[in-house]
Amino acid sequence: MSDTTHDGGIALSSPPSADEGLSASQLADKYGLTVSGARPGLFAYIRQLWGRRHFILAFSRAKLTAQYSQAKLGQLWQVATPLLNAVVYFLIFGIILGTARGMSKEVFIPFLVTGVFVFTFTQSSVMAGVRSISGNIGLVRALHFPRASLPVSFSLQQLQQLMYSMIVLLAVTVAFGSYPALSWLLVIPALAMQFLFNTGLALVMARLGSKTPDLAQLMPFVMRTWMYASGVMFSIPVMLADKPQWIADVLQYNPAAIYMDLVRFALIDGYGSENLPQHVWAVGLAWSLVVGVVGFVYFWKAEERYGRG
Amino acid sequence: MAEESSQGHIPTVIADDVHIVYRVNGTGGGKGSATAALSRIMRRGKGEPRGVRKVHAVRGVTFTAYRGQAIGLIGTNGSGKSTLLRAIAGLLPTEHGSVYTDGQPSLLGVNAALMSDLTGERNVVLGGLAMGMSREEIRARYKDIVDFSGINEKGDFITLPMRTYSSGMAARLRFSIAAAKNHDVLMIDEALATGDRKFRVRSEERIRELRKEAGTVFLVSHNNKTIRDTCDRVLWLEKGELLMDGPTEEVLKAYERETGK
Repeated sequence: MSDTTHDGGIALSSPPSADEGLSASQLADKYGLTVSGARPGLFAYIRQLWGRRHFILAFSRAKLTAQYSQAKLGQLWQVATPLLNAVVYFLIFGIILGTARGMSKEVFIPFLVTGVFVFTFTQSSVMAGVRSISGNIGLVRALHFPRASLPVSFSLQQLQQLMYSMIVLLAVTVAFGSYPALSWLLVIPALAMQFLFNTGLALVMARLGSKTPDLAQLMPFVMRTWMYASGVMFSIPVMLADKPQWIADVLQYNPAAIYMDLVRFALIDGYGSENLPQHVWAVGLAWSLVVGVVGFVYFWKAEERYGRG
Repeated sequence: MAEESSQGHIPTVIADDVHIVYRVNGTGGGKGSATAALSRIMRRGKGEPRGVRKVHAVRGVTFTAYRGQAIGLIGTNGSGKSTLLRAIAGLLPTEHGSVYTDGQPSLLGVNAALMSDLTGERNVVLGGLAMGMSREEIRARYKDIVDFSGINEKGDFITLPMRTYSSGMAARLRFSIAAAKNHDVLMIDEALATGDRKFRVRSEERIRELRKEAGTVFLVSHNNKTIRDTCDRVLWLEKGELLMDGPTEEVLKAYERETGK
């Protein structure tokens, strides 16, 4: 009666004769049991993720609030942090290094602040993405939910963070003489595309980071290189005027530069379409769709393995 | 035993030769210095990388659980009980073998989703959402959860951040949130030992309720009395292997003999 059951037999005293001799998988089949923790199909997965949208939103807002909950100024830091960031970059690149190169102050300062905020949006999404699984392994091992909820939630947190930054940005823009216009509405599609791009990238990084946590150490260097190469604090075509054209092209068509230019174009009066590369909206959309879809599928492919850590 | 034969012996969980292996980074090489880590990478051979150590936590466990059973898991610390539960819940992938379940087994544990910087109020909502409850369900149950936890008995604590709670209060709130949902296959990992006596009595009652609603209950505990009170079958794990599987009294007696109680 108390035998160990290494042969898949049934341990209890009243044996159900009909099931005798069935293998585990046959028995499972007979009673409609399914493999625990199996990966759902792609569309079922999307449905599950949609079903968890309230959790994703609540989780991202909770993370955002928890960030400054111990500080005396509390949620004021949501606005103060980007403002201080902008001041630091202005001091170094605007005054000490003078990377304006022919741009007037009215253009350069909003140009710089836009660059910093828009790039930070991608940067922090990537950084949060790397840690989204490996840093929440306890949660992954305790509860069931589509794991993509985590990276998506972290990207959403960064989007909300960006909304606070936008308050600062709009104030800076107005302070330097670009007044609200209809073109400001173009910010919305630009940031929507960037959000999709960021989420896709965060999903890729989440899967890589869950396998190799070392990436969290490496990524700051990668991101910094990317930042300096994307023209956050200088205009790419002006700075690279004496270099071969293809270098400037590559830098200008990189997604970070594209989204920064789109937001600058939308907000700043003196930054017209002559500063943008060709087909800029189409390229921005292509980046966001390709990275968003590829990232999602890539993440989903390892769905059942994230608990292993 | 009469209970499950009346339910016609319908299996709800089948574990078939389950093996679980953890991989732990940064353990090999004895010295924890940077040069040791570097030389470990340089010496990396074929197959498994040197710096990774494997911990074989569960080794070939096979059993079938039926509807209506309450199954206790016993064994000394580190014998693989919690790991096995996680594997049954599908939260930890198996290295070898498979687990078949009826519906989605849930672990009674929401701790990881809660954030100490948020108020108890927001944590109730967040925890409920994390367990897959809808907003309406949470709204409907919110008052029950707070009342059950008894957090507000000594003043309005639910609107304070959870980091300000005493460890007992936090544990009570966690249990209340976790126990708010009904499950098909329920797994409880040492959740009964929290809080003061009054709360323990209340939570044991709630566990019994949950057991009635759930198809099958798994319970990990080091308290043999709890196991005797709630379980009709016991699995004894030792070093990741299933040592014994049978009626509560029989397995517990052998276990107590072995551990010298």
